[in-house]
Amino acid sequence: MLTASTHRVNIIAHAQLLLARAMLIRLAVLPTRPAVRPVRGQTAPGFSSRPRHRLMSSIAACLALSLGSVGVIAQDTGGTLKKVRDSGMIVVGHRDSSIPFSYLDDRQAPVGYSVDLCLRIVEAVKDMLKMPALKVQMQAVTSSNRIPLLQNGTVDLECGSTTNSVERQRQVAFGLTTFVTNVKVVVKKSSAIQSLADLNGKPVVTTSGTTSVQLLRAHEKAKGIDFREIYGKDHAESFLLLENDRAAAFVMDDILIAGLVANSRNARDYRFLDEVLRTEPYGIMIRKDDPAFKKLVDDTLASLMKSGDVARLYARWFTSPIPPRGINLDFPISRELAEAIKSPNDRGI
Amino acid sequence: MNWRIFLETMPEGDATWWQMLASGLGWTLACAATAWIIALAAGTSIGIARTGTSRAASRVAATYVELFRNIPLIIQFFLWYFVLPELCPPLKRWVVQADPAAVQFLAATLCLGLFTSARIAEQVRAGIESLGRGQRQAARAMGLNEAQCYRHVLLPVTFRVIMPPLTSELMNLVKNTAVAYSIGLAELFFRTREMGEITFRYFEAFAAATLAYMVIALAANRAMRFIERRIAVPGVAGTARSAH
Repeated sequence: MLTASTHRVNIIAHAQLLLARAMLIRLAVLPTRPAVRPVRGQTAPGFSSRPRHRLMSSIAACLALSLGSVGVIAQDTGGTLKKVRDSGMIVVGHRDSSIPFSYLDDRQAPVGYSVDLCLRIVEAVKDMLKMPALKVQMQAVTSSNRIPLLQNGTVDLECGSTTNSVERQRQVAFGLTTFVTNVKVVVKKSSAIQSLADLNGKPVVTTSGTTSVQLLRAHEKAKGIDFREIYGKDHAESFLLLENDRAAAFVMDDILIAGLVANSRNARDYRFLDEVLRTEPYGIMIRKDDPAFKKLVDDTLASLMKSGDVARLYARWFTSPIPPRGINLDFPISRELAEAIKSPNDRGI
Repeated sequence: MNWRIFLETMPEGDATWWQMLASGLGWTLACAATAWIIALAAGTSIGIARTGTSRAASRVAATYVELFRNIPLIIQFFLWYFVLPELCPPLKRWVVQADPAAVQFLAATLCLGLFTSARIAEQVRAGIESLGRGQRQAARAMGLNEAQCYRHVLLPVTFRVIMPPLTSELMNLVKNTAVAYSIGLAELFFRTREMGEITFRYFEAFAAATLAYMVIALAANRAMRFIERRIAVPGVAGTARSAH
């Protein structure tokens, strides 16, 4: 039920957003045109009975209506703290299957490392605004809608497994790095593949719409290797292709692969290649140009890192059995993450 | 909103974004065209079988229609691409060494073609049944066998009658190709999504895709309308409006 309703909210928010943007395009175009198109000189303006004019005026009416709502959104997102204070509610965006960062447990409740960190931030917001009864709304987001929903104010902070990239920083802002992932290649133990070069001419799968796609292409070009690229719609499907031997290798963030392997039928059948294609920082995503909220997020995370709470949360989600099936990812803290906790930063890649 | 994004080159690539979307559009068109041929051929055969004199063939055809009509399209894609090769070892051996794009294209066209054929079969059946028994009986009385009766009497009128729903079906088919993104076929929707993910210009990407789908669907509509007018026979069922 939860997923069904949040899904609907998602769709509605998405549709509203698209509509609003579409109307904005019209708005941007309209003023450059004459208000009333002269009709062959004689016809009095505004009295033309051509149906086209009626169409134009109804479009204009739609525009006027939607313009109002666009204005409200823009105003609301001026400052997240102000928005939260005014609405009495903070909306936390979460993912449904980013194990162990942000996913749904057996009761369909969002849990995970990023969710825990976000809830600490929410506590800090409550303290700062002196609103102990602040309502916390959890809203599922996907990799495709997380940025639009954050920008249009549907969610106030996104707690998932989002890479902090320079490209994305043009659209959104990130809190301090809370995790560092290495993009790696996983193969079956039974295969003879030892390095990326061995994959020449072999089918290699990655998930469409992820940064790994670009990485794979770049690598292909630089090293003169010719992969036969296959794209899965999501990580589970990509992994299925590897599991069924349809692909010889799967290129993805090591932690995501570790989650898939740990949950697979034969977790011991897989091994990573040594090569690291890229190291990427993950961060909690917030709206751009919101220094007050950014400071609160960063200060909270920095104090959690200093106090050792981040390390404890890490141990809870990455090296202990986790819900729903009590599987242990057995993914010890990496050198890169230890470094990022020691000297907190929000550098993107 | 920044429309110049389409002229920017992709990261780590020589192609610009509009070229990438255009390559996706190419796959979409190829997929829709091939699937449409499969759908028309299979749909007509099944529609004939459903209305023919053989009880057994009629029952098989009815099962076929229900099978393809009752399973959601995205699940059919999954079954064709992921499950079928697992059930058929020789197919699996071929799939593993074949070009992934070819496998995806084949799975997508078969899936869409057969899915659409079930719907076309129902339209063909409805069209034939709308003609009244007299036509069939008159044809048989003239000495035509069943095949000749369909070929020369029933089908020519039926197709004129069902042109409007066939047009809808073609437009649906074009739009349904987008579901092929789920098996990784790099068609227009797949490319749109990818562009959004990489550049975060979702609105620009989806606006371009919306426009492209609308233009293709409208072009398909116009083409079908043109054919409808060209083949219209005044006084024959289903052509009354077109005759004006």
